[in-house]
Amino acid sequence: MTEPTGKTPVELETIAPLEQTIDGMVPAPAGLFDSAAEAGLEIKARSQWDYARRRFLRHRLAMVGLLGLVVIFGAGVFANFIAPYSYSDIDLNNILEGPTTSAHHFFGTDEIGRDYFSRVIWGIRTSEEVGVFVAVVSSAIGLFIGAIAGYYGGWIDNLLMRLTDLVLTLPFLAVLLTAAALLGQGNQWRVSIILALFFWTGIARVVRGVFLSLREKEYVEAAKASGANDLRIMFRHILPNTLGPIIVNGTIAVAGAIITEAALSFLGFGILPPTPSLGVLVAGGQTNPQQWWLTVFPGLTIVLIVLCVNFMGDGLRDALDPTQRRVRA
Amino acid sequence: MLTYIARRILYTIPVMFLSTFLSFVFVSYTGDPVGNLRQNPRISQHTLQVIMDRNHLGDPIPLRYLYWLKDVVTHKLGNSLLTSQAIWPDVTRTLGHTAQVIILSESLAILLGIAVGIFSAIRQYSVFDYLFTSVSFLGYAMPVFWFALLLQILFVDIYLKWHVRIFYTSGLNTPGKGTWSLDRLQHIALPIATLCIISFALYSRYMRASMLDVSNSDYVRTARAKGVAEWRVVMRHVFRNALIPVVTIAALNLGGLLGGAIITETIFTLDGIGYYFIQSLQNSDYYAVMAYLVVTSLIIIVFNLIADIIYGYLDPRIRYD
Repeated sequence: MTEPTGKTPVELETIAPLEQTIDGMVPAPAGLFDSAAEAGLEIKARSQWDYARRRFLRHRLAMVGLLGLVVIFGAGVFANFIAPYSYSDIDLNNILEGPTTSAHHFFGTDEIGRDYFSRVIWGIRTSEEVGVFVAVVSSAIGLFIGAIAGYYGGWIDNLLMRLTDLVLTLPFLAVLLTAAALLGQGNQWRVSIILALFFWTGIARVVRGVFLSLREKEYVEAAKASGANDLRIMFRHILPNTLGPIIVNGTIAVAGAIITEAALSFLGFGILPPTPSLGVLVAGGQTNPQQWWLTVFPGLTIVLIVLCVNFMGDGLRDALDPTQRRVRA
Repeated sequence: MLTYIARRILYTIPVMFLSTFLSFVFVSYTGDPVGNLRQNPRISQHTLQVIMDRNHLGDPIPLRYLYWLKDVVTHKLGNSLLTSQAIWPDVTRTLGHTAQVIILSESLAILLGIAVGIFSAIRQYSVFDYLFTSVSFLGYAMPVFWFALLLQILFVDIYLKWHVRIFYTSGLNTPGKGTWSLDRLQHIALPIATLCIISFALYSRYMRASMLDVSNSDYVRTARAKGVAEWRVVMRHVFRNALIPVVTIAALNLGGLLGGAIITETIFTLDGIGYYFIQSLQNSDYYAVMAYLVVTSLIIIVFNLIADIIYGYLDPRIRYD
């Protein structure tokens, strides 16, 4: 909510002088409107997205999370510029060295002299790729299934809900481990696909709920009456209302996927060395318990990523809730 | 209430069959149950064929499921295809150890979580509240395996530096010590602490949110307006109702706990069912893997059922839908 600036139309004319308008157009109203918006007078109606963005930007923890994520994920994206060494470079003069600023081994070196700072940075890249991939793909699957189940109801809905019930009764990690052991074969993208196939149930449930409640609304009926087909109603009229929960769930899924991938890799059924992922690095630290830095730094990176994602998810949840007008400072 | 329980139990039976069938189909399609034997040069083609025939491995998968189901029921989960040893004794032994760890850690986590949740809700936005909010945020964000490793490193270092054995970091017992001894507790204390902190983060958050939720309801305001003493409002009106969602969460959390048990037992080399599962998976012993999936699915389903029944008992509205 902006405060009135107290500027009068007379001042506005000085901001956008009439001489600058193109010949042949009706100058006065156009110039007046443009500059009035610039002057901060409330002329343009704010959409829900504008409100959501403003609420999000004022959510302090969410901003901390966003900043942290930009730094950490940025380091992963630009790993080849930021990491002082490659993840496989060997420095035989410094084996199992503790963290030191000399020779840029900020996080120390491992048992064959590889720079651990570089390995963590490259590990972030692997983990963030897995996290984002799983979040996007599982959201898409969940959206698709949830939309169909919620919109059509009946036996499709019944089947879906029983299926998600069933997935809930399975020992999640054990099934994932079995799937990864049988199908994953240590490949990053295979592991990601397996994770995505197990992550969609939550989003499907949420989307189904929204569709179920909205398909009875008057505006959907109006769209139907004016001849819109099912696809148009689903994606044009109902879908925008589910975007809030999808974005929140998708964000949190990034953290869930990163942590789950790390657990799989740690147990030896996810991504396998030499590809450095954060879980692989923690597993490597287990073999050298005396060298604490091998365990602490990659693990701490996971904790920071998950914390930032959760902070951001909380902020998004508050911001995208249209019933909420109060900004939590 | 009885019809409600009966309905829940009836609903559970097809879920059980479907869940085991899905796991069976999945494992059978993707893994070769005799893959390890096939690679062994000392096992002849003939022996392999005998093993395959004995276990009906050449039959179509739905039929194999029925044979396997018969084996599970009549021979207590059957034998491992690799070692030909019975699976049942291993499962019961390891499950006992896991149960010991999980029951102790859960009791601790529930008690602490509920206490902290209540206090955080009563003193909302106090230093105490902020402190434990941060702790639970950390508990959420911390990977189980990393926390377990940190504990392990810490206590190994303490032992190496001062030669004081506070907690052991691997195994279940020093040889010669019993199941219910201080020695056992020293061995399982770190796995318990690991599982406890993760669950505690969950329960304290839920308890706090649920307490605040109930505090805003009309009947609590009414009770206050009538002049009921504050502790009585909190304990009788708010606490009892706030407990309902936490009960459900605690029962539903069991799946996550079994996953956590896989990780902690592997790290602390504890002879529990999670470690048994990981070893079976590493050896491609698929019938043992199946046994684990079946047993844990059953446990989870039974606990869901118990949660439903408790939920129905605590909240009568649920029973009549």
